[in-house]
Amino acid sequence: MARPPSRRPGHNRKAQYSLFASYVVAVSGALIGLLLIGVAIFDPTGFAVIRGGAAEITRPISATLKGLVRGVGSADEWVVAYINAGSQNAALRRQVDINRTRLIEAAAIQQENIRLKKLLKLVEAEKDEVVAARIISSSASSTRRFARLNAGKAQDVQPGMPVRAPEGLVGRIYTSGINTAEVLLLTDSSNVVPVRRAKDDIAAISTGRDDGSVEIRPLTAGNNPFKPGDVMVTSGIGGLYRPNIPVAIVVRIRGDIAIGVPLANPARVEAVMVQRPYEVSVSRPETPSAAASLHPNTDASPATPAATTPPAAATPPTASNNTARATP
Amino acid sequence: MIPQGPRLGNDPSRFRLEGTPVISVMLGSMLTALPIIAQSPVMPPVGLLLLLSWRLLRPELWQAWIALPLGLFDDLMSGQPLGSAMFLWTVTLIAIDSSERRLLWRDYWQDWLIAAIAIIVCLSGGLLFARLTGGGGTIDLILPQIVWSTLLFPFVARQCAWLDRWRIMA
Repeated sequence: MARPPSRRPGHNRKAQYSLFASYVVAVSGALIGLLLIGVAIFDPTGFAVIRGGAAEITRPISATLKGLVRGVGSADEWVVAYINAGSQNAALRRQVDINRTRLIEAAAIQQENIRLKKLLKLVEAEKDEVVAARIISSSASSTRRFARLNAGKAQDVQPGMPVRAPEGLVGRIYTSGINTAEVLLLTDSSNVVPVRRAKDDIAAISTGRDDGSVEIRPLTAGNNPFKPGDVMVTSGIGGLYRPNIPVAIVVRIRGDIAIGVPLANPARVEAVMVQRPYEVSVSRPETPSAAASLHPNTDASPATPAATTPPAAATPPTASNNTARATP
Repeated sequence: MIPQGPRLGNDPSRFRLEGTPVISVMLGSMLTALPIIAQSPVMPPVGLLLLLSWRLLRPELWQAWIALPLGLFDDLMSGQPLGSAMFLWTVTLIAIDSSERRLLWRDYWQDWLIAAIAIIVCLSGGLLFARLTGGGGTIDLILPQIVWSTLLFPFVARQCAWLDRWRIMA
């Protein structure tokens, strides 16, 4: 095959100029592209409005198709479950018996937990769930790990909110548009989650590896304490994720880090929950009486904190004597 | 299915002649809107493959600047930082333009080679830009994507030729 017709316009001046102009436009446009990336280096969530607008356009398509293909992702599991039905049934029965006992224990522990929290005056807001929504698409051709959520600012979804599924943590909201939001998945390498081992309190940091797994790096020095099969849960440090959300299960040890797989696979989960950041929903109330009992000297009249509130009444008599002696 | 032949005395509309390639590339970029929740970059950059196919099939169709709006649209859809495909696609088209001045003979294998080089440049450039803007990952992550995008190119080029036949027939 001969080479394609040359684009060189010969002696036609006008054609020469127009060709030249087209290259000027192309090169300057490419430079603008570089400039946009430069902006994104300093402000990665910039241009969220434009992106959100584009996501709004594709949202109806993605949401409709998501409704159609539900269950296809787990078709292999259905087949395997059918083949192993008999033996699996017996195993599951035994498991259910064991779990029933554990559930009763867990309920008791939960009761105790609520009581202890009340004792600590640590109050949790009644409602920490913002909205439950579907994940409708993802950045399948990019190396970043984003997923698109079918809910946005109109449903009160704000950037930074944790996203979880019943199985475990999924990620957090990166940017949010009107009716869609981008979720930074657990497996993106810019998503860092403070975790601990579920059975004891060995703290670690989980970072995404961009390939569907996470890297779990223990905070303690010395040799790697983790073993394959260890379940990691959020530790609640940092105040974003509430404690004890399942995160990942360790599958492999590599030197001083462990490689884990997230427990909630975003491709499998039916719906995810957007939660409020933990530090917002948990607070220690600063009532005037508590403040007064903490700083007795600042209060001018000694009579007010003494009799009215229980915390002040519970203070040891020596302390009240001291304040009484100090104030006159 | 072979497209129907032209009716006598009819010319295809201007929109059909010029819009078909642009819309097909945009639809290729929009494939990320499919409800596939990927755990790694598994999907080939179909928008890029279609752009290369059209460019290599019909060199006179587009000037190099066409990659700017198409790349911007791809960035909006793909989750890459804005400007990434805009830059890489334009540079690719300019490079193809300049390579055509040097090559004396062209055949199918050369087209594939050019497309393979373009895919490698665009995907590794995309990885670089994603790393610069807070992402991560190494070249191992995109190797599978590069391989099957390259293998997929002849198929996409074939579909593109089929679409082109429909395009120029009224």
